[in-house]
Amino acid sequence: MFRFIFRRLLQVIPVLFIIITATFFMVRFVPGGPFTAEKAIPPEILRNIEAHYGLDQPLGRQYLSYLGKIAHGDLGPSFKYSNRSVNEIIADKLPVSLELGALSLACALSVGLTLGVLAAVRRNSGLDYLASSLGMLGICVPTFVLGPLLVLFFAIHLGWVNASGWYTATDRVLPALTLGLVYAAYIMRLTRAGMLEVLHQDYIRTARAKGASEFRIITRHALRGGLLPVVSFLGPATAGILTGSFIIETIFQIPGLGREFVNSAFNRDYTLVLGTVMLYAGLIVVLNLATDVVQVWLNPKLKFA
Amino acid sequence: MISLSPPSEIRPPLTEVRSSLWRDAWHRLKKNRLAVIGGALLAGLTMLCIAGPWFLRMSYQEQNLDLGASAPSAAHWLGTDTLGRDLFVRLLYGGRISLGVGLCATFVALTIGVIYGAIAGYLGGKIDATMMRLVDIIYALPFTIFVILLMVFFGRNIILLFVAIGAVEWLTMARIVRSQIMALKKMEFIEAARSLGLSNTRIIFRHLLPNALGPIIVYTTLTIPAVMLLEAFLSFLGLGVQPPMSSWGTLIKDGAEKMEEFPWLLIFPGSIFSLTLFSLNFLGDGLRDALDVRGAQD
Repeated sequence: MFRFIFRRLLQVIPVLFIIITATFFMVRFVPGGPFTAEKAIPPEILRNIEAHYGLDQPLGRQYLSYLGKIAHGDLGPSFKYSNRSVNEIIADKLPVSLELGALSLACALSVGLTLGVLAAVRRNSGLDYLASSLGMLGICVPTFVLGPLLVLFFAIHLGWVNASGWYTATDRVLPALTLGLVYAAYIMRLTRAGMLEVLHQDYIRTARAKGASEFRIITRHALRGGLLPVVSFLGPATAGILTGSFIIETIFQIPGLGREFVNSAFNRDYTLVLGTVMLYAGLIVVLNLATDVVQVWLNPKLKFA
Repeated sequence: MISLSPPSEIRPPLTEVRSSLWRDAWHRLKKNRLAVIGGALLAGLTMLCIAGPWFLRMSYQEQNLDLGASAPSAAHWLGTDTLGRDLFVRLLYGGRISLGVGLCATFVALTIGVIYGAIAGYLGGKIDATMMRLVDIIYALPFTIFVILLMVFFGRNIILLFVAIGAVEWLTMARIVRSQIMALKKMEFIEAARSLGLSNTRIIFRHLLPNALGPIIVYTTLTIPAVMLLEAFLSFLGLGVQPPMSSWGTLIKDGAEKMEEFPWLLIFPGSIFSLTLFSLNFLGDGLRDALDVRGAQD
């Protein structure tokens, strides 16, 4: 297993390299630059600014010098926030997004897995219909509707929590719920489907025949196979949750990375785009590796190839 | 009906069994009332959105600023928005975009994702590793920039939106299919199929994929709403549908901003969106059950 993980971690390097290269040239091909402003800057000054950041050099040389810098862990200066480096911005905003993401994920997993398993085990019962309808509702109601609805009810009518901001512990509740419930709905649907697929199979019948308790059959035998679809969904989903959500951060005024992620693309803040993309790519690769390991661990017939 | 079928020794040759599998599935689907209602509702909604605007005198951009936002009335069945535009007409036009993007992008995602994931999962080894690293790379590329680039090179075009969304939505589908195939290919019936000398293509499409249909169908019914909402997100960023044109996603988003003063602006688009998704889901569950050969026997 360790050899498998080690080999996969080695593959991270070329994958990241391709992503950085593709992103570097993609952002450069988008018209407009970081200093294209409403109020035009005199061309001489623009030239000076560009020379200061090395943007007047040929693209190939800029690319090479960028690669040299990130090899030393320096993501460069931001083009939009004066006097701030991309490292600082990420160090500032990432913890917020990580905290919100972890809370949402905990909420999503506990609600989604429980309801999904119950719905599959008690298939076509009232409980199944209730859980499935709730799941569909979670998918139908987009975050930009659920968020304001929760704010309206819990913050404005009941006055239990603040409508927005990120200061006290209770400020975490609504954003984490809004983001978590959407993912809970997905996890619930996928768990139910995966479990239904498994519950018919012969080895479950064998387990029943040998007299294992229903609880043991579900937790020890069925969940192993039933979780497969959820696990493959969770890899990229977790990367998405942890790097922040643009919509949630906008609704609740949270200083997270999700907004930087989207805004940097519109600001043509080249270095910040690359920095956030690199972070996201790293998470994607590592989490997809983790899901592959979990899959082998769940399925005794698979081996690390 | 199943108890009347002949014992396995005198079953007709394989080809006929297969065609009767699909016929059986169709029979089972027709008996599932929820699935039939869901399918009928979907068909009805689609027809209404396509044909409806031809019979209406109002257009989606016709403003009536004196009227402003008005509650549902005889003249405007579902009320009007703040610019006095008829919500019913805007919903129908929006449905064309949303159903179009939902179905087209999902179809693209489904086709690519299932074939790609099945091949990677079945072949395994180095090919699988390379294919899945490519998926990792596409996952990580910044989507907003990708869409901006498409707009720059090809102009603002609704078809492009479908393509762009389809191009990212297949990735998770590929991962889900791959994990299912990897688990299934170790099972005895696949070993049996291989020892019979069946070709890889035949094993993948005839033996492996039908057994992975459950998660595929469920994830498809999850992709359609995700795609419609992604379109709303892109429109919000100014990269999707532009006013005065509407989509269900943009209508819901605008409604959410004014839900306290003019609740009908959120309620009607929200209800029709939910209704569509519920119908899709019931149809999907019905299809899943109808095609589940193992489940049908108990």
